[in-house]
Amino acid sequence: MKVIQARSIRKVLDHSTLILFAAIVITFGFLSSQFFTFQNLSNILIQSSSLAIIATGMTFVLLTAGIDLSVGSTMFLAGVVSAKMVAWGSPLWLACVTVLLVGTLYGLVNAFFIYRFKIIPFIVTLATFYVGRGFGLFLSETRAMNLPEGFLKIGSVSILGIPFPVLVLGVVILSAHLALSKTQFGRQIYAVGNNAEKARKAGMPVDRILLSVYLICGFCAALGGLVAIAQLGAVSPTFGKQSEFMAIAAAILGGTSLFGGKGNVFPGTLIGAVTIQSIQNGLVIVNANPYLYPLITGAVIFLIVLIDSLRHMQEVKSRRLGASF
Amino acid sequence: MLLELKEIKKSFGQVRVLKGVSFTLEAGKVLGLVGENGAGKSTLMNILGGIHKPSSGEVFLEGKAFAPQGPTVSLNSGIALIHQELNLFPNLTVFENLFVKNFPRKSVAGIKLIDRRAAIFRAKELLEQVGLDIEPDRIVESLSPAQRQLLEIAKALSSSPRIIIFDEPTTALTRHESRRLFSLINDLRSNGIGMIYISHNLEDVISLSDDIAVLRDGEFINGYTKGGGYSLGSIIRDMVGRDMDQFFPDRDNIPRTDHLLEVKNLGMAPIVNGVSFVAKKGEVLGFYGLVGAGRSEVARCIYGLDSFEYGEVLWNGMRVKTLNPAAWISRGVAFLTEDRREEGLLLDQSIEKNVALASLGSFASAFLRRIKRKDINSAAKKKAEATRVKCDSFDGQATSTLSGGNQQKIVLAKWLLTDPKLLILDEPTKGIDVGAKHDIYELVNELVGNGSSVLLISSELEELLGMCDRILVMNRGRISAEFAKDVFNREAILESALHVMEEAIGA
Repeated sequence: MKVIQARSIRKVLDHSTLILFAAIVITFGFLSSQFFTFQNLSNILIQSSSLAIIATGMTFVLLTAGIDLSVGSTMFLAGVVSAKMVAWGSPLWLACVTVLLVGTLYGLVNAFFIYRFKIIPFIVTLATFYVGRGFGLFLSETRAMNLPEGFLKIGSVSILGIPFPVLVLGVVILSAHLALSKTQFGRQIYAVGNNAEKARKAGMPVDRILLSVYLICGFCAALGGLVAIAQLGAVSPTFGKQSEFMAIAAAILGGTSLFGGKGNVFPGTLIGAVTIQSIQNGLVIVNANPYLYPLITGAVIFLIVLIDSLRHMQEVKSRRLGASF
Repeated sequence: MLLELKEIKKSFGQVRVLKGVSFTLEAGKVLGLVGENGAGKSTLMNILGGIHKPSSGEVFLEGKAFAPQGPTVSLNSGIALIHQELNLFPNLTVFENLFVKNFPRKSVAGIKLIDRRAAIFRAKELLEQVGLDIEPDRIVESLSPAQRQLLEIAKALSSSPRIIIFDEPTTALTRHESRRLFSLINDLRSNGIGMIYISHNLEDVISLSDDIAVLRDGEFINGYTKGGGYSLGSIIRDMVGRDMDQFFPDRDNIPRTDHLLEVKNLGMAPIVNGVSFVAKKGEVLGFYGLVGAGRSEVARCIYGLDSFEYGEVLWNGMRVKTLNPAAWISRGVAFLTEDRREEGLLLDQSIEKNVALASLGSFASAFLRRIKRKDINSAAKKKAEATRVKCDSFDGQATSTLSGGNQQKIVLAKWLLTDPKLLILDEPTKGIDVGAKHDIYELVNELVGNGSSVLLISSELEELLGMCDRILVMNRGRISAEFAKDVFNREAILESALHVMEEAIGA
């Protein structure tokens, strides 16, 4: 009896992502007839592409039981660097490539301090979070910078009827999903996240795996930044602020555990990011008081963390039950 | 000769764990390795597995010198270890655990992807070999302990090893599953694989092994060959030994008859199953048993470090309602946990600070409860000196720089400063040298001489025999036997720790 009950609780917790997503979509559908239009749903997908790309990188880090607080700053730095380069007359493609390199390098810096000096990821990335934003503000002299038309064009162009940001998102999600679920590297990330010591004992290249997840996270942050800039057409001094928390929230909402070793990019993180964007979009459509936005987002994040913790407790419990049989 | 060990020595700091062990293993033979807890079996195994490096001595694998630089090197050279504590990832599936280091892969558009079909096919073969009837894509989390143990064995087979080392492989298995494992071992033997089989279950070792090596205190004591005329009794005698290089100071006080601590039917399934005992005033009560028999858990339950499901605890004849460390300390009960590094010491703090830690309350002033620094520091220093701790400075040296034995003395001094009525010691002399051991025994005697009581949990039978007024033997969460000082008998104690387990498995 107890076991059956535990199992059904577990099932609800395991599918909490989809249940929450459905609840939010249905609620907004009832509140406004505009929400369920094709135009609006496609808007939600375009708007969530930047967040989903960043959250994908974050998922890699969270899977190893790490965390990266610096992704918002990486985004901002990416924006500033690209704007500066274009202003100096560099071609668009060169600016984009440079920005992606900057992002990856930023991940390398994080990984370097975490694995060379054994500082916990939270502290390292908290420091790089400030450094990145500070450096960006210094470069931009805290002014908003407008980008040339070319950038906006990329953001609004469609290929085969698919908007460009969504296309980029698709490629990122697909390759991340393949990497995590179909390659040895991906499966070893899960093993390391479950127990790094065991993984080391089993002879896995733990340090190399941990290094690469921070590189991937930095790269995704820069790419997500570019996708966002291409939609906005400008880089303001607050660009990317709180993105790190949105990205963590999206990943966790998608079922990735903060304790490591559990979660996936598809469908998990993708749904997580789309859910968060749906809340924002829905609140705009129903004309909610703007002061409510952070309250509701906060409530949802709290709910997610609560669910993650419940899931973890349930696991510990079932492990104990299992041990006694 | 498949494997040869020559004069292997290994020290951790000042503690000599292996003092020159030599033996050989032939292809297609099983070598049984037996010895008490702490005899050096696991260290030996970790050296072969590339996890530790020997301090001196040589290993030859098929005649060639072999000095593995890491676990991978050992595995690639054909040595597979099956640890007692399993090395599985519960969040991955069965087949992923089998191949996590080397998946069968196929190239798709230049990218190497896992060949899931091939992996599942090979996983099925391996699972069948060990007689495990489960789907390869099940999550390991959902497996029973026995299934996990068999999976670990299947994993070892997946690297096609030439040598397999089993460490207590049957503790999680039922009798039926064990027999299946034994027939697998016999199959492997006829395929020319050499195996080292470590177990406390001596009957299993005798029936499986071609040769048996007995270790005691890091030394090779005796070797037996099948048909060479030996018995369970002779092996146990070799394991226990008559070695008296560590002597025990005399104590002449006699325990009083009144009960200090009484435990009635304490239980926490499956580790502790209805334990009842009485500790008298002025008594040293010993707990013996194998690792995992539930000795530490009983103490942890009483002290409120772990929760228990049923049972009650009486202190001075009164039922105790609040079981937590703070309440016990105020009653005058101290607990020296097994893991002194994790639970017993502030490693980056000075000796004085550590010793003072548990007595801060009794050195506080009446006004605002300010700690009287000077008083407590001098009291702490005095207590630390009494334990004859070897150090450069009492107030300036971090305890992390001290040796294991001296660290243990500081933890002991900390609790002695609280003037305890009952002191619970969990493996107090584990991994420390003979001199420090002797000092600790003297401190225990002094405490008991003043009318306090001691619960002594230890894996060293010699120590219990030398120190205790009574010894309780624990086995699978129960007290299986009790011995009073005048009828202490090494063989009988060891047998009641090993034997009842045999019946419990058979049931």
